[in-house]
Amino acid sequence: MKTSRILKLAMVGCAVAAMAACTRKPPVDTGVPGPDAGTIPSGPAYPTAPTGPVTGGNMGSAAPGTEQDFVVNVGDRIYFDLDSYEVRPEAMPRLDAQAQWLQRYPSVTIRIEGNADERGTREYNLALGARRAESVRTYLINRGIPAGRIDTISFGKERPIAEGSSEDSFARNRNAHTAIVSGAPR
Amino acid sequence: MKLRTCIGIAMMAIVAPVSAVAQTNPPSQTADIVINQADLRALQIAVVPFAGTHGADISNVVSGNLKRSGFFEPLSPSSFIETGLTLANAPNFPQWTQIGAQAVLYGGVTTRGDGRLDVGFRLYDPYRQCQLVSYQFTATQEQWRRIAHKISDVIYQRMTGESGFFDSRVIFVSEEGTQLNRINRLTIADQDGFNPTYLTQGDEVIMSPRFSLSQPDEITYVALGKDYSRIYLYNLTTGRRESLGEFDGQVLAPRFSNDGNKIAFSIIRGGNTDVYVMDLRSRQITRLTNDPGIDTSPSFSPDGSQIVFTSDRSGSARLYVMRSDGSGQRPISRGGGLYTAPSWSPTGNLIAFTKQGGGQFSTGVMNADGSGERILSSSYFEEGPNWAPNGRYVMFARQTRGGDTRLWTVDLSGRVVSQAGYNGRGTDPAWSPLLDRPPTNLGMNQGADACPS
Repeated sequence: MKTSRILKLAMVGCAVAAMAACTRKPPVDTGVPGPDAGTIPSGPAYPTAPTGPVTGGNMGSAAPGTEQDFVVNVGDRIYFDLDSYEVRPEAMPRLDAQAQWLQRYPSVTIRIEGNADERGTREYNLALGARRAESVRTYLINRGIPAGRIDTISFGKERPIAEGSSEDSFARNRNAHTAIVSGAPR
Repeated sequence: MKLRTCIGIAMMAIVAPVSAVAQTNPPSQTADIVINQADLRALQIAVVPFAGTHGADISNVVSGNLKRSGFFEPLSPSSFIETGLTLANAPNFPQWTQIGAQAVLYGGVTTRGDGRLDVGFRLYDPYRQCQLVSYQFTATQEQWRRIAHKISDVIYQRMTGESGFFDSRVIFVSEEGTQLNRINRLTIADQDGFNPTYLTQGDEVIMSPRFSLSQPDEITYVALGKDYSRIYLYNLTTGRRESLGEFDGQVLAPRFSNDGNKIAFSIIRGGNTDVYVMDLRSRQITRLTNDPGIDTSPSFSPDGSQIVFTSDRSGSARLYVMRSDGSGQRPISRGGGLYTAPSWSPTGNLIAFTKQGGGQFSTGVMNADGSGERILSSSYFEEGPNWAPNGRYVMFARQTRGGDTRLWTVDLSGRVVSQAGYNGRGTDPAWSPLLDRPPTNLGMNQGADACPS
């Protein structure tokens, strides 16, 4: 009975199943019969009286090899000068770190997304963004990342990350974003 | 099971043609028309409310069209002295010259037994005291707006000597949401902004819609998703939507040749953008440009023999012309600044473009050989001119600093700059050809009181 219940829970969600398995406790009866009491609850069941220590940790310490690790600890975006698709010297350490990370996690595939600011026509900016994406792709290939793991796309000026029409937001919107496609948990 | 049903519904929603009306509210009646030079003398026309079903509506649409063209200044109906003018009579001329009317348009609507409307009208010159034109259109009641557009075209043609452009539609990308979370949809509306209809769901970035000029119900556009770009061919009548194909590289900037048999477009490979052409019958692709610069935004000459495009092969973006097989590539733009988004006029002699320079963006035209450049309009940002079917106006997108993007038109003289009929947010407009052929038997120079030509 208990086992089949856990199995069913596992079907609902691994997290719930894991929790149930760890604590080896059936879900706590709250005493309030639901509309379909007696059947398996569809949502997770929480213990009302948690036991055990509460520990803390550094927020920045995302689990190694996760997408969050890449974004937080490596950096997924580099910026470009006006009308330029050359990788700036100060962006190189970040791309080097991206290359190292990608070497450490060889099953990860990525997509470089090239972006432009709003001071240009739509189609032309798509072509400009593509050059930025290609610059980053070439850089990573030169650092030993196989070309087959890197896809590129340009969004031109269609996906700005900074609002407004200031030089500052234009500068932020001229970028190449390294997005993880597969091979790394979130 | 439940999940599968959900996906099924979601897919149906994506596949089903979207017929939801984007916006039913009429365009603003207070749109500014900026006339740059004081010497433009618009023709004072009295548009008398037509009698009968939808009569007043039809006159309103005609009046709005003529005003937006910049060539006409419709007089306020409250100033009219003669009332009750019917098709059976000629106007009382002195009563119209007294209020300064240089032309008088009046008409009437009668309903046929099958419910269709006969809309007859006469246009008189009260100074010369003669009839300029008369005609009658017949259509179902729902089409009263189209009748009004066709009447507008007849008036425009009679008074300017050029063919009209009112019986046409505009396809564009409507925008909603914030700068950082923009939703854009392929949208079609009448030339004056009415009857807007969404053609995509808003989950993709839509770019570069264009009509086939040989077939006004055939369009092409680019859909840019998270990890793909596709060129679609879309038939507005049948709802059939077809991808041009899967290409090695990112596709953009599709344009029909004017006969509808070919599509020129660009493919980005390895960061390099070049122009290609596809024969739509054989699906054969030919590469037309082959250099490390950006080559994109192709536009066919009306006879299909040449293509204008933008290229930065010289270091900065300029306009180039080549034969449609890719031979004879040569720069035509002569000024400084960046030239992009060229569009060859339907008359063949002009090329419209966007020019960036001096901290602003301009809409201009030049002769097909690059000579005679003229700037028609400048602002903080504007882009993407596209021609009205008569080659007298271009529509483009203008964005205010830190603000919204809207559709604007400018005439070839640069004197009439106005917001287009659609007053919602939008970009990338493309004008259809006339929806069908204008009437030829206009009854000009016929009858006892016809104006001598």
